[in-house]
Amino acid sequence: MSNMKTIAAVACAGAALLPAASARAEGTIKVGLVAEFSGPFAGYGKQIQNGIKAYMKQHGDTVAGKKVELVLKDTTGPSPEIAKRLAQDLITHDKVDFIAGFGLTPNALAVAPLATQAKTPMIIMNAASSIITTKSPYVARFSMTLPQVTEPIALWSAKNGIKKVFTIVSDYAPGIDAENAFLKSFSAQGGQVVGSVRVPLRNPDFAPFVQRAKDAKPDAVFIFVPAGEQGIAFVKAFTERGLQKAGIKLIGPGDVVDDDVLEAMGEPTLGIITTHHYSAAHDSPENAAFRKAYAEANGEGTRPNFMAVAGYDGIAAIYEVAKKLEGKMDADRAMEVIKGMKLTSPRGPIQIDPETRDIVQTVYVRRVERVKGGLYNVEFDKFPDVKDPGKTAP
Amino acid sequence: MSAAAAVRLPDRRWHPAEIAFWLGLLAVVFVFPGHLVLGSQVLITGLFALSLDLILGYAGIVSLGHAAMFGAGAYTAGLLARHGWGEPLSGLVAAAAVGAAIAWGTSFIAVRGGDLTRLMVTLGIGLMLYEAANQAARVTGGVDGLSDMAVRDLLGVFPFDLRGRTAYVYSLAVLFAVFLACRRIVRSPFGLSLRGIRDGARRMPALGSPVRHRLIAIYTVAGAIAGIAGALLAQTTQFVGLEVLGFSRSADLLIMLVLGGAGWLYGGLIGAALFMIAQNQLSSVNPVYWQFWLGLLLVAMVFVARGGVVGAMASARERLLGRAAR
Amino acid sequence: MFTSLPGVLFDGVAYGSLLFLMSIGLSVTMGLMRFINLAHGAFAMLGGYVCVVGMTRLGVPFLATLPIAFAAAGLAGAVLERILYRRLYRRGPLDQVLFSLGLTLMSVAGATYVWGSGQQPVHLPRFLLGQVRLLGVDLGVYRLFLVALVAAITAALVLLVRKTRFGARIRASVDDPQASAGLGINVTRVFSVTFTLGSGLAGLGGALAIDVLGLDPTFPLKYLVYFLLVVVVGGAGSIAGTLAASLLLGLFDVSGKYYVPAVGAFVIYGLMVVLLLLFPGGLRRGAR
Repeated sequence: MSNMKTIAAVACAGAALLPAASARAEGTIKVGLVAEFSGPFAGYGKQIQNGIKAYMKQHGDTVAGKKVELVLKDTTGPSPEIAKRLAQDLITHDKVDFIAGFGLTPNALAVAPLATQAKTPMIIMNAASSIITTKSPYVARFSMTLPQVTEPIALWSAKNGIKKVFTIVSDYAPGIDAENAFLKSFSAQGGQVVGSVRVPLRNPDFAPFVQRAKDAKPDAVFIFVPAGEQGIAFVKAFTERGLQKAGIKLIGPGDVVDDDVLEAMGEPTLGIITTHHYSAAHDSPENAAFRKAYAEANGEGTRPNFMAVAGYDGIAAIYEVAKKLEGKMDADRAMEVIKGMKLTSPRGPIQIDPETRDIVQTVYVRRVERVKGGLYNVEFDKFPDVKDPGKTAP
Repeated sequence: MSAAAAVRLPDRRWHPAEIAFWLGLLAVVFVFPGHLVLGSQVLITGLFALSLDLILGYAGIVSLGHAAMFGAGAYTAGLLARHGWGEPLSGLVAAAAVGAAIAWGTSFIAVRGGDLTRLMVTLGIGLMLYEAANQAARVTGGVDGLSDMAVRDLLGVFPFDLRGRTAYVYSLAVLFAVFLACRRIVRSPFGLSLRGIRDGARRMPALGSPVRHRLIAIYTVAGAIAGIAGALLAQTTQFVGLEVLGFSRSADLLIMLVLGGAGWLYGGLIGAALFMIAQNQLSSVNPVYWQFWLGLLLVAMVFVARGGVVGAMASARERLLGRAAR
Repeated sequence: MFTSLPGVLFDGVAYGSLLFLMSIGLSVTMGLMRFINLAHGAFAMLGGYVCVVGMTRLGVPFLATLPIAFAAAGLAGAVLERILYRRLYRRGPLDQVLFSLGLTLMSVAGATYVWGSGQQPVHLPRFLLGQVRLLGVDLGVYRLFLVALVAAITAALVLLVRKTRFGARIRASVDDPQASAGLGINVTRVFSVTFTLGSGLAGLGGALAIDVLGLDPTFPLKYLVYFLLVVVVGGAGSIAGTLAASLLLGLFDVSGKYYVPAVGAFVIYGLMVVLLLLFPGGLRRGAR
């Protein structure tokens, strides 16, 4: 059966297609960007990459005499084994100085042990589960954690006349984290959660859940669903059922009114109050410069969201490290520089907690308003220096 | 499946090309030491595709929910390693048992009806298991995944290294052992009766063949193999994500098997290699739009290579030998 | 609990209508032509993008975009049928699966290239927004609109297949292509037109569904399971079966989510498995 020979030949030819080992250039700092560039979470990778592009537009692609080189790898979605394989490849083959990116928690968690094993600093640019930074001393996070941006809305609501809340969250680990974080802080402030539902992840129709919320007659509905079509579907159902007209407020962490989808959601979002660490409408010279560079790098009319700003700050940290170490890369020294690092980000002042390597930042209270023809989250109150409550709790 | 009608078995004796195939897989360790992580994942997916080939290529059961058993195996090995039982080989055995148990338990509803019914029933079972694992986040970690697995050194000697050498050799050894078993099964009277069922389920009972029992038996065996594949992935990745149970894993698997050619045992291995290497290469060239080229590859293959890679090679060979039987 | 029942039932019917609109095109191609066209969602997505681009860039009113979406998807279907699909009618189902999934992947990447990976804005005209109160129950206007459309489309399709010459030709061509050709029916043409019709319906369904489901390039893969679910449970090719399956699944899914949200995610799949075990050939054939 000569076909078997052909099989073997094909197998070998297939393997030969793999790229040949490339030597590490002396004059470069290599950053492996492991993120979601295709599939349902393709927006995550795009925003992170666009944020990085904006920074490199502003600051050039060389630092401390070395050229910064990005190597993009697509995890295709939540696929921990692919993420780990890509990271392994970046470390052993491309010999990167940093691995960065990570839109989704499972991808980050699968790679974290590798950062320890290979002593490679790992910069988290989105994934928001609290535990990630505890999994390796080489992990630092420049995005946020979910409890960090959820607790403030509970505190703000309790102080602003909201007594009874109905919670709706997606039925998966982050949703349950958000529900718990809200319930704990809101009850501690004397508020009452009058009902909760968890919505299946694959759920095209929110009508039955919104109807339940309406029937419970709360002062406000707390919502957490992953950014994207779920948020759109929810807000549409919320408006259609007339909850706004019945005087029921819509509150939550900022994911549901992500800058990336806000325009697509349109008018029904007006008046939604959320807490989050970044809004494209943040009023500061740093943000104005960021918005300008972002539009120049990625096209007129594009708008950065919180993932883009985390990508921006993550690469900014890598530049800072390179400057401090004068281009001589070393994982342990790099982590020393990152611990306690302070940056003035487009979102405001941020700091990396030296103990946990997690981010400490201001969380803003915002309301969706129409500004200069576009819909924006306009900040009107803030909670400075919020740490991740997931770690300070005993 | 029409192409599979002309299935021939691997010969009783090993053909030199088959030996070359396996030696080639072993040689990868030395020739491509930098790509063993990808290599091990290809072998694991190949093993998974082999298990689908047993039920699809040989028994004609179409499944879009094969990830159910794969995922169950992965969680079994993952949970064992997380809770202190990190010995890999016994983890495989446990995963095989759980995979077989789930396959057996669901086989009573999965092997009924026509192709479309089977397709959707297996899909439904898979999606429900996914949802169950998501809801049992306390045990499985839900979408955040199951981390902190402490997998011990293989045979107490070989640690799972950064470059994936242990993972590759381990996966290859397990794949080969399972392949030998499969080769025996499909050539046994039991295997022959399965093909009889596939090609004409109605007349088999007349020949005294208990169709239902045979189908349940092979479905259970395939479940055990899928469980082993899942466990291998969990142990070599040292992480279990919820997507081990995902619909796209089942769908991709079906694509790989059809791409390679169902009903040959080798089809799944070749399809997995082709699909995953293509995906890896295309996505590193273009991380955003690679799916276009992968889709084009699939479409082109349907027109160029009837019956998958192996099927097309077989018919090309027949034409060359002037025995254009079809 | 019982005061909420009428509202929940209406929502169930409305959700079922949405499932029907999304799936009826697939039921036509898969049932009448026996072609497993997993690229159905790609045609639906095309209809969705045509609708969005028409509304936001060209200022076409929503209702006017619907026939355009139907025509655009139908045209795409006709062209692809001519070049590609036609060659695969006699091939096995697995080849058809591989081919149509490949096409779907290409459409996903293509849509990302043209329209970007983000969610598209879908804004309905004012008269379709909000709720009206009928007999003490609040009913969503757009939902009522969907239910009405389903009734209209069902009636039109039933008339087309049962009462017209073309319908008779379709049925004859499907049952026995050779004999039909012998009787002077241009089978190739009948199949072309049927496929065009199925793709057009997909496009229309896509345009109507995006307000609820959202629209991004992964649409064809994200909702593939739902299309298949409805068509297989209903019995491919049966308009009445597809309608019955949509409504049944819609009603159970919505009431499950309202009354027992803890198991809400399982209801639709569990029901599908049960229905398929009871009626392995789909509702239509099971009821015979």
